[in-house]
Amino acid sequence: MQAAYPLTFAALLFCVGVYGVLSRRHAVLVLMSVELMLAAVTVNLVTFGAMVGDALYTGQVFALFVMAVGAAEVGIGLAIVLLIYRNRASVNIDDADLMKY
Amino acid sequence: MSQVAWLIPALPAASALAIIFFGKRMPKGGAEVGILSLAIAFVLAVVVAIEVFSANVAAVADGGEAFLTTVGVELFPISAEAGINAGIRIDGLSAMMFLLVTFVSLMVHIYSLGYMAGEERFTWYFGLLSLFTMSMLILVVADNLMLLLVGWELVGVCSFLLIGFWWEQKSNSNAAIKAFLTTKSGDVGLVVGVITLWSVFGTFDISQIIAGVEAGAYNEGLLTFGLVALVLGVVGKSAQFPLHTWLPDAMAGPTPVSALIHAATMVTAGVFLIARLYPVYSAVPAAQATIAVIGAITLLMAGLLALVQDDVKKVLAYSTISQLGYMVAALGFSYTAGIFHLFTHGFFKALLFLGAGSIIHAAHSNNMSDMGGLAKVMPRTFYTFLIGSLALMAVPPLAGFWSKDEILVEAAAAGAYTGNLVLVLGAIGGAITVFYMTRVLYLVFAGEFRGYGHPHESPQTMTAPPVALAVPSLFIGLINLPLPAFQPYAFSAWTMFSTEYWVTHPIEFSPLIAFVAVTLAAAGFVVGRLMYRDAPVGDADPMLRLGLPTRILQEKYYLDRLYTDLITLTLVRDKLGAASVWLNDRVIDRIVYLAGAGTVGFGRGLYDVADQKGIDGLVNGVGQSTRWSGGRLRLAQSGNVQLYAGAMLAGVVVLAVVFAVG
Repeated sequence: MQAAYPLTFAALLFCVGVYGVLSRRHAVLVLMSVELMLAAVTVNLVTFGAMVGDALYTGQVFALFVMAVGAAEVGIGLAIVLLIYRNRASVNIDDADLMKY
Repeated sequence: MSQVAWLIPALPAASALAIIFFGKRMPKGGAEVGILSLAIAFVLAVVVAIEVFSANVAAVADGGEAFLTTVGVELFPISAEAGINAGIRIDGLSAMMFLLVTFVSLMVHIYSLGYMAGEERFTWYFGLLSLFTMSMLILVVADNLMLLLVGWELVGVCSFLLIGFWWEQKSNSNAAIKAFLTTKSGDVGLVVGVITLWSVFGTFDISQIIAGVEAGAYNEGLLTFGLVALVLGVVGKSAQFPLHTWLPDAMAGPTPVSALIHAATMVTAGVFLIARLYPVYSAVPAAQATIAVIGAITLLMAGLLALVQDDVKKVLAYSTISQLGYMVAALGFSYTAGIFHLFTHGFFKALLFLGAGSIIHAAHSNNMSDMGGLAKVMPRTFYTFLIGSLALMAVPPLAGFWSKDEILVEAAAAGAYTGNLVLVLGAIGGAITVFYMTRVLYLVFAGEFRGYGHPHESPQTMTAPPVALAVPSLFIGLINLPLPAFQPYAFSAWTMFSTEYWVTHPIEFSPLIAFVAVTLAAAGFVVGRLMYRDAPVGDADPMLRLGLPTRILQEKYYLDRLYTDLITLTLVRDKLGAASVWLNDRVIDRIVYLAGAGTVGFGRGLYDVADQKGIDGLVNGVGQSTRWSGGRLRLAQSGNVQLYAGAMLAGVVVLAVVFAVG
């Protein structure tokens, strides 16, 4: 039952991330919220890895993978945000609406 | 051998193709191919005839069945039981016709080498001769009425082409058209008859039709109608009264053609048809009486017409009609008498025509008033022509005597009004025949030459065939001597269609009838000699000085006037033509116009309503509705990423709930 705490925590963290993604207008904040969601997933991986307790520590290894991927993703995301800022002097994602009709 | 008798028509067919396509490159213009193929066909015909005839003689001796071979293939079916077949039927009758057709055709081929020499369309002429021979042989060999009809129409076409062979002269092509149309009007009856026979017996096959008659399972009224309708075809083809008017005009063709087609073979097709269906005709007395009466009228009226002709070919043409009348009349009560006269007549009439061609060649005129004295300059032609004439005059013991005597004896034996009519008219017709042939002989051969130039004997190619034909003209009558001891080996047994018929219809000899016939013939000769000894021509000709009778005969009983002026011009052209024009302008054209206008209106309405409103509306509606729904749907594409993400989250929640509940 010890798993309930970290899983609950992870769920709350994920919800905070979702809220952040849906409600923030600042692109950097959205990216940070995405990182929160990734962190929640990482917590889940570690929790289930510990629960299963396999010899290879699969959950923890995958948590490391997720961190690495998250770092790469943030790198690209920030690069996009920087380019948008350079082009239109704003990081408000409501302004980045070229794809709409 | 009779199994491969189809080769006999196939040979001239092959030669016709060879001549028409390659004849011009051959040294003799294709004539040699025709003569060679006909010679082989004649040999085959002799072999087949020997097989058939000896089988029939054996059948008479043993009391077996008459010889009959049929070989056929079905071309396509009409119903479950019946279909269109191509097959050969070899029996005594077709074997006899093979002999006659191939022999006369061979003689005419050889003769034409001389007669048509230097002709511009020499090759085409020989191609047509071969084509005609093939058609006639198909007609003869056919085992069903459909194939017979094919041959029948093919000979008609060949006859048309050959009568109009010198079409540069308008009168020749008119004669060809007249012959074609007149025989065609008879052919309407033929087709009706064939179809009626089909409806009675459910088959075109001659053997099955005959078997059906013998079984007695037929509708008598319908069968009578069919047979009388067939007689109409016979009347057209065999130039019987009242459709005989085309045959004298058909003399416009080359003379060898007249010998082959319009004397020996094609015009006997009608006689052949009745003989072919003789068992059927003998079951229907009304049809037989029709035949006998038509034949009797024809033989007398054509004989009379021959009296006033100046054109030697026309005399022979009317004589042919008259002799065809004998044959048709004979078939009213006797199979053997009819076809025996057909057989003998084929030889001596072909001989007479070939002789006439030779005479015309020498005198450069068809008219007897331009001839005379030719016996001295062309002796071979004279003697062969004389033999043919004597055979035609029925001088014993030449061919014509035996066959004509047979007809008179059978007519007397048949009795009743038809038999007596044929007997009396036939005897009178015999005297008339002798009279007009005497007239021809004196006008052509006696006295001094009245024409222009110096006539000379014809070349070898034109005198050899008449000699070859003179032999059968002299002796062929002996093959059916009316002696009881000889009969089982005679013509009547060779050509019988059933042993029963041969037994029940013996060939007899009546000294009384023979005596009367010979006396009448002698009287005809004496009168003819008295009148024409000095070869009077033109106004001096006694036959042309009889006033009204001459006028009626020269006008051909006004039948041509009736057909041409009254029926063709007045009735058809002036009345029926005008009525047709009125009908066309006022009724048919209007109907057509209305139908056209209606169609245009309907099309326009269809365009306005169905196309513009319906189909175009549908197509445009599809486009517009897509556009409209797209316009509504694109509002969802706000570009607000967070909105999309929110929608996605909502979707995930909904799915989660669904899965959780499910």
